[in-house]
Amino acid sequence: MSEQPNEGATAPGGVVIAADGLTKRYGKAYAVDNISFGIRRGEVFGLLGPNGAGKTTTILMMLGLTEISSGKVSVLGHDPARQPLAVKARVGYLPDSVGFYDQMTAVENLAYTAKLMGLDLAERTRRIADALLRVRLDDVAHKRVATFSRGMRQRLGLAEIIVKKAEIAILDEPTSGLDPQATLEFLDLIRELKAEGTTVLLSSHLLDQVQRICDRVALFKAGHIAMMGTVAELSVGVLGAGFVVEVEAQGTGIARRLATIPGVTKVETVAPERFRMTAERDVRPDAASAVVAVNGALLKLSVHEPSLEAIYARTFQTDPAGGGVRHAA
Amino acid sequence: MRREGSPFQGLGTVFVKELSDNISSVRMLVLELLILLTALAALYGAIDSLRQNTAEDPFLLLRLFTLARDPLPSFVAILGFLIPLMAIGLGFDAVNSEHNRRTLSRILAQPIYRDALLMGKFLAALATLAVNLAALWLMVIGLGLIFLGVPPGTEEIARSLVFLVVAIFYAGVWLALAMLLSIVFRSPATAALVALGVWLFLTVLWPMLAPAFAQVIAPPDPRYTALGLDTPDTGLWSLFLMRVSPNELFIEAMQAVLSPTTRTLGAVFLEQLRGAVMGAPLPLAESVMIAWPQMVGLIAGTIVLFVAGYVLFQRQEVRA
Ligand SMILES: Nc1ncnc2c1ncn2[C@@H]1O[C@H](COP(=O)(O)OP(=O)(O)O)[C@@H](O)[C@H]1O
Ligand SMILES: [Mg+2]
Repeated sequence: MSEQPNEGATAPGGVVIAADGLTKRYGKAYAVDNISFGIRRGEVFGLLGPNGAGKTTTILMMLGLTEISSGKVSVLGHDPARQPLAVKARVGYLPDSVGFYDQMTAVENLAYTAKLMGLDLAERTRRIADALLRVRLDDVAHKRVATFSRGMRQRLGLAEIIVKKAEIAILDEPTSGLDPQATLEFLDLIRELKAEGTTVLLSSHLLDQVQRICDRVALFKAGHIAMMGTVAELSVGVLGAGFVVEVEAQGTGIARRLATIPGVTKVETVAPERFRMTAERDVRPDAASAVVAVNGALLKLSVHEPSLEAIYARTFQTDPAGGGVRHAA
Repeated sequence: MRREGSPFQGLGTVFVKELSDNISSVRMLVLELLILLTALAALYGAIDSLRQNTAEDPFLLLRLFTLARDPLPSFVAILGFLIPLMAIGLGFDAVNSEHNRRTLSRILAQPIYRDALLMGKFLAALATLAVNLAALWLMVIGLGLIFLGVPPGTEEIARSLVFLVVAIFYAGVWLALAMLLSIVFRSPATAALVALGVWLFLTVLWPMLAPAFAQVIAPPDPRYTALGLDTPDTGLWSLFLMRVSPNELFIEAMQAVLSPTTRTLGAVFLEQLRGAVMGAPLPLAESVMIAWPQMVGLIAGTIVLFVAGYVLFQRQEVRA
């Protein structure tokens, strides 16, 4: 009865997680307020927002680890409130600042959770060895976890998801607290997961990392989803355009000339010889020829690609109360 | 809303892991040594005095459990005092340490219910206590064989086995209390301190306070006092209040089971009946009947405390 096949959840590109009006209240405070979204099989989806925006709460509701106040969510066709075991058997979870039993070795820690997953000894041994190799912890497999760095613990947490052969990997703030090198390594591991067809849901407040890896993002703001889509879509929506090209040039009539380039939506003169263009595409070649065309001297030409940082700043700027939890009444 | 799947899925795995943690922990070793040494001292005293007056006693082995020689209390009294310590030592950080190590959400993200985790931890700790108590029990029997040279009779073995079972339930009460506190308090130090406070209060202070409260509730009747007797009402209240403490229940049950001549429980009546009943041992079944309310009290206490912890744990947030 719990294994009802769900066409949408099994077809490639089908929706594997669907939230509808999902809400979580703590007393009168709304931690998550009426959010709806769908995550497709095989994509990397980012939950993005400042601390306290409701990302972790959303994740816990999807795993049946905290009660849902109202609304519903379906994970791989299961209701996590009623069928948590069916959900948790197929979904891997790397909690925010994950912990292990320090006195046990990496292998022993994984063996314990693998037993809880119901894997038999032979299967366990094989999968654990494979997973540790993949996250490059094979050389410390028999060291006590107490000696592990934060980056190693994160990778061990990911190994657990690999051992589970999870169809969906939910990673809560996976890169916070990691040094740049460890972050890059971890992001590579996430890409490998995606390449294997695993759906990845990750939450973060570190924007540039999310930008590099996510197919789509949802911007959380005080328990709401302020915006959702690909990074390019969001930047058009928020910034009015995707690309900002800055031109430094000497000459007359440059600003007027730049404005005639197709795809340019706005030209600002930020300093006597500096112009900032907002455009739907990378218009640097056109800008260069425009300057040459009016006999100007081109001093500098640069482009800012659509950046989540900018989108984020713009989204959360507009409301000074943003970032907190909305209190009802 | 009914949840699907067995609440016991993963129970065995948790049980085995926790049991091996308990058995290999240094903390447990220290507690075991403490109990072992005090128990040995008490047994030495008992053996010594039993060897000096080799009167014919049909229950020589049982006397090993109950005989006290100054300044040491009897083996049973020592267990009554130290079993709670051991149980608290096993339970006070059962749940909060999982929170603090941040392992809880990772474990609960596996396909198990919280029931399995809590029950697995409880049963593993109870099994650890049972193993230790069984070892102590074997030690008593062995020492009795070696130093008293009398093989124990069936009845004695049966009675001492009842002792073992009751001792395990007595440990269960304290274990359930310690685990409840480990759910309520996020800091293991706080949980341990509160548990030890309750333990000291119930085993040391309460026996002094209960009679005092009883005198307030039912003031002694001057007519009895004039005759140098205790007022029955005051005595009953005192006994009633005393029985709030699991320690009292354990000691009373042990008295009925290990001293076959005991016909009734409760200090008041015991004083009055002593002498009259000496030398007329009861059959085991009747002794058990006498101690039955006390045993049920211990079992009920274990269940109530465990259920309270269970309910709290089910509603608790998993994140640290
Ligand atoms: N147990 C709780 N009781 C009351 N409020 C809580 C509890 N847990 C979280 N919250 C509140 O819910 C909001 C969302 O928290 P969270 O989901 O952890 O945010 P994020 O993961 O985006 O940082 C926060 O404002 C937090 O204070
Ligand atoms: Mg969070």
